[in-house]
Parts: sequence; C-alpha cells; structure tokens
Amino acid sequence: MFDNFVVPNLQPAAPEIFLVVMASAILLIDLFIKDSRRTVTFALSVLTLLGCAVIQFLTWTPDITYTFSNMFVDDQMADVLKLFLYLAVVMVLFYSRAYVVDRSEMNKGEYYVLTLFATLGMMVMISANNFVTVYIGIELLSLSLYAMVAMNRASLAASEAAMKYFVLGALASGLLLYGMSMIYGATGSLEITAIAEVLRNGGANGNLLIFGLIFLIAGMAFKLGVVPFHMWIPDVYHGAPTSVTLLIGSAPKLAAFAIVMRLLVSGLFPLAAEWQNMLIIMAVLSMAIGNLAAIAQTNIKRMLAYSAISHMGFMLLGIVSGVVGSVDPVTGDIIRDARFALNAYSSAMFYVVSYVLMSLGTFGMILLMSRSGFEADTLDDFKGLNQRSPWFAAIMMMLMFSMAGIPFFIGFFAKFTVLMAVIAAGYIWFAIVAVLFSLIGAFYYLRVVKLMYFDAPQDETPIAADADMRLLISANGIAVALFGLFPQVIMTLCAFSLLRSLTP
Amino acid sequence: MQTLTLSHFLILGAILFAISIVGLFLNRKNLLVLLMTIELMLLAVNMNFVAFSHYLNDLSGQIFVFFILTVAAAESAIGLAILIVLFRNLKSIHVDDLDELKG
Repeated sequence: MFDNFVVPNLQPAAPEIFLVVMASAILLIDLFIKDSRRTVTFALSVLTLLGCAVIQFLTWTPDITYTFSNMFVDDQMADVLKLFLYLAVVMVLFYSRAYVVDRSEMNKGEYYVLTLFATLGMMVMISANNFVTVYIGIELLSLSLYAMVAMNRASLAASEAAMKYFVLGALASGLLLYGMSMIYGATGSLEITAIAEVLRNGGANGNLLIFGLIFLIAGMAFKLGVVPFHMWIPDVYHGAPTSVTLLIGSAPKLAAFAIVMRLLVSGLFPLAAEWQNMLIIMAVLSMAIGNLAAIAQTNIKRMLAYSAISHMGFMLLGIVSGVVGSVDPVTGDIIRDARFALNAYSSAMFYVVSYVLMSLGTFGMILLMSRSGFEADTLDDFKGLNQRSPWFAAIMMMLMFSMAGIPFFIGFFAKFTVLMAVIAAGYIWFAIVAVLFSLIGAFYYLRVVKLMYFDAPQDETPIAADADMRLLISANGIAVALFGLFPQVIMTLCAFSLLRSLTP
Repeated sequence: MQTLTLSHFLILGAILFAISIVGLFLNRKNLLVLLMTIELMLLAVNMNFVAFSHYLNDLSGQIFVFFILTVAAAESAIGLAILIVLFRNLKSIHVDDLDELKG
C-alpha cells in the first residue's frame, strides 16, 4: 500500500516545521509557568522566531523549489517576505509585552502561542502553491486572530469586534472557496502552477473561470480589507485590544500581498486584463472612502483602520499596473511585457513592506502611551505629547509624515515607486486620483502632528516604558527616516526577489 | 427520463450558496442563525467540489472537501466560543444589539 510513498523534501519547509514544533512545545512548557514568570514564554517565542530566521538563511537556495507534491513552494519572494514577517512579529511581541503584562486577562501563554500559530499561517500563505495550502494558511491565521481579538473577555467592544471579525472572515473564506471550486472546475486542477499551465494552453472553460475569478477576488479583497469589502476593518481595529490590533494591522498585510501574487500573478496571469479591471475599481474606491472616512474619526485606532484601507488601495494600484491590456490581433493573446510587470509588482511589494514598518511604529506608539487601566486610543490622548516627551513626539511625527507620503521618509518613496509604475502603465488618471486622495489623507495625519505640538496636554503623566520598548520604537522611527534616505536597499531586495521568483 | 448532469449539481450548489448569503445579510435576529448560514455556505462549496471532482475524474477536489469539513468544525468551535463570550458581556444574541462599535 505504501509502495509509492516517497518522503517529501522537507528542507524548503524547515522554518515552518521548526515553528510548529516550537509552538507546540511552548504550549506545553507554559503549563508549568506561573503568571508572574510569563517572560519565559515571551523569550521562548522571540527565540523561536529568531530561530526561524536563522533556518531561513541556512536553507536558502537560489532557485525555486517545490515540495509536498508541489503544494509548497520556496522561492526568493517567499524568503524575503518571511524574513520581513519574522521581524514584524518579533517587533509586535516586544511592543505588546508591557501592555499584555498589565492586563491579567491577556497575560496568558495562549497569547504567545496564538501569535506563533498565526505566524505559521502567514508563512504557509506566503509559500502556498495549491488552493488547499492557501486555504489552510488563511484559516490558520484567521482562527488564531479571532481568538486573540476575543481574548480580553471582560470587554464588550472586544467580544463584539471578535464576533464581527468572525462572521465576515468566515463569509470571506466562503466566497474564496466558492471561487476556488469554480476555477477547479474550469481547469481541472488545484495546483496554482498547473492552473497557469492550463490557462496558457487555452484549455479552460471561460465562463466558469470568470465566474470563479469574481468570487476569488471578492474573498481576497475581504482579507486585504479593500472597499467594498472593508466593513470589518474599522470595527476590528477599534474593538480589539491594541496589541492585537498591532498584529492584525501589520504582518498579515505581507501575507495578503503574497496570496495576491500567488493566486493572481502566478496562477491567473493570463486573465490579467479581467482581474486588473476589478482591482482598479477597488483601489480607487478604497483610497476615496479610506481617506475621507478617516477624517471624521476621533479614535486613533479607527482612524488608522481607515488609513489601512486607503494604503491597501494604493498598494493594489501597483498590482494593477503589471499588464497593459493590449490584445494581440492575430492570436487573441494578451501581449505580456515581463520587465514592465516586474517593476509594477516590486513597487507593490516595496509599498507593503514599508507600510508594515510604518504601521508597526504607529500602533507601537499607542501601546507605548497606554498603561495599566488606560488605553491611549483617542486623538485627544496625543495632545501635547511634545511637552511630555519631545523624543517620542518626534518619532510619532516622523511616522505620520511617512504615512502621509511627505518626502523624505520611506512612505514617500513607497508612494512614488507605485505612482511611477502606474504612469509607466499609462494610467495617468489613476495617478492623479491617487495623488489627490493622498493629499486629502495628509490632512488627518498632519492633524495628529498639530495635536502633539500645538495643543496643551490633557494628562501630564510621564511616559513610562521599559528600555527595550523605548529602544525598539526609536529604532523603528529612525528606520522610517533612514530608509527614506536610502530606499534603494529595500527596493532592490524586492525587485531582486521578484525577478528570481516570477521568471518561469 | 433525464439523468443528473454536472449543471444540476452546480445549480443546487449555487442555490445553497445564495440562500446562505441572503440569510447572512437579511438575518437581524439571531447570531446562531449566522453560524448556520456560514455552515451552509461551506457545504454549498463542498457540493461544488465533489461534483467537479466526480465529473473531472480527479480525486483532489474530494480531498479538499475533507480539509474544508475539518476547518469548518474548528471554525464553528471558535464561533460558538466567541458567541458565549459575547453573551456574557451583552446578555443578548440579537444581531441588532451589536452596536457598540460605530463610525
């Protein structure tokens, strides 16, 4: 019976295997740790993620490797995104430590273990080469996050946010699966690279395929949080404990970018003309609604939620600029320009990486200012921050400038490269719309700066934080400024990794 | 006498899926009904996968169904747990009462 069984090549998935073993071990070890000594669990979780990064380096190979019957792929894009992912999750753990320790409901081992399992889900999403792996990765991430949002059991807002997140997340998975089933029916395969092969040879049922594509995009848009599937983002960001909002608002964006790349670019690239049209509408609407609704907010977490919607819309602009919709009159094929697409997709990747860096810093600042029994989550809490702590006010100002896209911070170059790709693709109008909405968006970012520097503080409590938190958040703010001066470092990394991953 | 074809299964799947979507958006009363519509949605998808798998003579669709069933079980477990947490705080499972977060 087992004659055909071949042990799969485990090397490409070594970091995932290490993470799952360690997460299970930490779950057991934590049983024997008292609440007062939870730092051990924290340290083990951080070490696990650092271990994953080391293994990622040790098992690095320059080519694209498939394993587990082509269900799992390890290419340069996966390597780079996973390294950013480990960095982001380690920063999330450091930023949220004091916040979690101050709240006994959340100071449990599950908090760290769920973070690790969510990370595992994101890694599986990044490396997925089969609909099954995409689905399992998304669910592993989502189920961990649902539980983490509801973790503060005494809070009505948190449990309501968890319920809304759960229902809308399950709806999104349903839509995604329905789309996958249609694409499976049209192409006869669940494997993303095989689907691309079938589509290239023209052996697919057109109607079923387009029908499936619509549902697939709807499901993905939910996960990305772009209009018209954005309703959950503000409520979840607002209601969730700030440390969980930090996690939801940062690392999963990398994974969401990865599944867009895997499903649409690796899998359904021959349908680029169709999915680009859908994504363009979503991108423009996201920038419009995100930026306009953010102005009306008084809660900074909610404001950043709408800002996340607009940033994801902006990122989509990079993805839609990959293929210019010219059709070969003889064969009817779409003429593809690989150099062109590469530029567009790497601009989107650069955008998402820099957004994650900025988002980590901003939510980190909210966590820094929170203390036991006090959430610094309204805009008024930032009033007069300059008088309380000039250094952290300066960091927050840099982050806000970067989010707004003011030169010379990383956010400016992220917007700039995406706009260059959009213009190169010939969508001048979308570039103008994007710039106009960014300008509107600058208003609410600069309002935070105004509150910090020109208003009187509402409470004079000095900011108390551990040395590691102060150091890390300062490093984060400086990185936003420094990579704004040297954006080529990350930009080249993104372009190089995509070059090595996308060329067949 | 007509035999069952792939389109019959697909139409049934589409009807089930549509019922679940409509149920999700029209239901204003009970959160438990939302959990049921989510289950129904996943079952509609399973129907599609099994039908395609049978008519394509390809087993991978049916294997996917096993994964969906397993994840659906985990999903309802978490959904019911969240529902209990919510009920303790809200003392109600009416959808309309979920109005703490707005704006």
